[in-house]
Amino acid sequence: MSRDASLFSKRKRANAFGLTFSMAAMSIGMLFLFWILAILLYKGFSAISPALFLANTPAPGTEGGGLANPIVGSLMIVSFCTLISTPIGILAGIYLSEYGQNSKIAEVTRFVTDIMLSAPSIVIGLFVYAIIVYQVKHFSGWAGTVALSLIAIPVVVRTTENMLKLVPTTLREAAFALGAPKWKVSLTVVLRAAKSGVITGVLLALARVSGETAPLLFTALNNQFFSTNMNAPMANLPVVIFQFAMSPYDNWVNLAWGGALIITFAVLGLNILARVVLREKVSV
Amino acid sequence: MDAVFQGGALSSQAVGIAKRQRLMDVGFKYLTQFFALSVLFALLGIIASLIFNAAPALSKFGFGFFTTVEWDIINGEFGGLIAIYGTVITSVIALLIAVPLSFGIAVFLTEICPKSLRRPLGTAIEILAAVPSIIYGMFGLFIFAPLFAQYIQPALAGTLGQIPGLGILFSGAFNGIGILCAGLILAMMILPFIASVMRDVFEIVPPVLKESAYGIGCTTWEVVRNVVLPYTKTGVIGGIMLGLGRALGETMAVTFVIGNAHKLTASLFAPGNSIASTLANEFGEAEVGVHYSSLFALGLALFAITFIVLAIAKIMLMRMEKNQGVKT
Repeated sequence: MSRDASLFSKRKRANAFGLTFSMAAMSIGMLFLFWILAILLYKGFSAISPALFLANTPAPGTEGGGLANPIVGSLMIVSFCTLISTPIGILAGIYLSEYGQNSKIAEVTRFVTDIMLSAPSIVIGLFVYAIIVYQVKHFSGWAGTVALSLIAIPVVVRTTENMLKLVPTTLREAAFALGAPKWKVSLTVVLRAAKSGVITGVLLALARVSGETAPLLFTALNNQFFSTNMNAPMANLPVVIFQFAMSPYDNWVNLAWGGALIITFAVLGLNILARVVLREKVSV
Repeated sequence: MDAVFQGGALSSQAVGIAKRQRLMDVGFKYLTQFFALSVLFALLGIIASLIFNAAPALSKFGFGFFTTVEWDIINGEFGGLIAIYGTVITSVIALLIAVPLSFGIAVFLTEICPKSLRRPLGTAIEILAAVPSIIYGMFGLFIFAPLFAQYIQPALAGTLGQIPGLGILFSGAFNGIGILCAGLILAMMILPFIASVMRDVFEIVPPVLKESAYGIGCTTWEVVRNVVLPYTKTGVIGGIMLGLGRALGETMAVTFVIGNAHKLTASLFAPGNSIASTLANEFGEAEVGVHYSSLFALGLALFAITFIVLAIAKIMLMRMEKNQGVKT
């Protein structure tokens, strides 16, 4: 009896230890999240002012200034990236889901897409530098757009494919029975049924590229001045944050925190929006 | 109907429509296939351009490029060992810390957490994964590194640093930024990635298996260790490899806190460099030539390492999915 009791208490102790560890791990995770958000709010809010959105980036060592040019630059680069990657990603996703059940090509593409999802983004920057910037001999907003699109497309492809696969086959069969051709079924029946899921994918891709810094370092570079010329170097939030945060000027570091706050809340907002869009679909 | 069928045969108009639709179908198929293949071509293009641009450096220094410490921009002598070492060691530190923690989080979210809290807490972890990496970098540089230098480094030097042999890893000045700090920030960053993959694979364990284990009197911890973990082994390893792939290629979080010094030091407190941070710092200023080409060679090495790690991760996770179909 006594031996059983000791075994029992040993098992209980192991269990208590495991559960405590697990709860501690969860608290550490939560602590990180709130710590980062609190620091961002604390440091970023002091930088938030109308000037942050209206004035251009200041010269080194000068007071004042804002982030108007990088904000506009980022919005332009990310919008063009969305315009490029959404149709490409959705069409590729349609291929994988509607035509790629048993095809080798689709299998390889799927594998490659998954690898591209986590490929080092700085290498994509190198690639775009080599094929665009080096050839035309100058940095440009377009090069940045291409680099970000290469990161966004795999996200759109994979979510589109997964969402289209959730559409019941009977829906497709019903449309075929009415004599609809496959392209029409794919675009007007399957894609429409999976609409909110596909929008979620686009939003997630947007959230992903909005915060990307590494691929923009050697493609869009930066621009001290206000510019909407996509063919010239373009200011953008992540690169400006990087340069300003690493600089010795207090004013620049302060602006970097303001930019960090804007970008984090934009990214988190997009993520939450994506979740809301998807949840509405699930509840219907 | 009469317009379509005329005496049992299709009208010429209907035949025209059918033909046109068949043409559209074929066109649509190839259009979508073209875009699907564009992802494949992008990957091939990346590999080709890296090899093409790295070739001058690799032919000059040979395979020795990957084992040479020298990185002398003025004299044009380049070797990638410091950067490769920095990349690997920071990622290993990150994994050592992040894997047990994310395992704990995944267990909490699937086994312990009350049902009503599962969703909000899971979302919170996913939100942590969505925070851009540059934010982790700034957080590391301005907030974490000073605290690290003031409290954690002296504590580590006073305890682990006293162990003979191991002590050299924890010696040197308490600067805050350095290889260990970069590893810790990376750990924070990949923690939510690994945790959410682990949670997803833990969730596919059939409830019947867990219930039978609970039924014969197993504790929660025993169920996790002897039922959940063996069942999800491949998926868990796949998730860890996915996190490793992220850590290896991470640029911004590392560049801020690694110190950017081209030195090979045994101490983890010393500043170092990773492949990604070297590229971020030097590529913008590199003149076309050996330096430029050597940076591409580093990029190629990084891409090759991450490609292999991610491929293993993907194969592991695919095997997990297949098994799921067989066992349930």
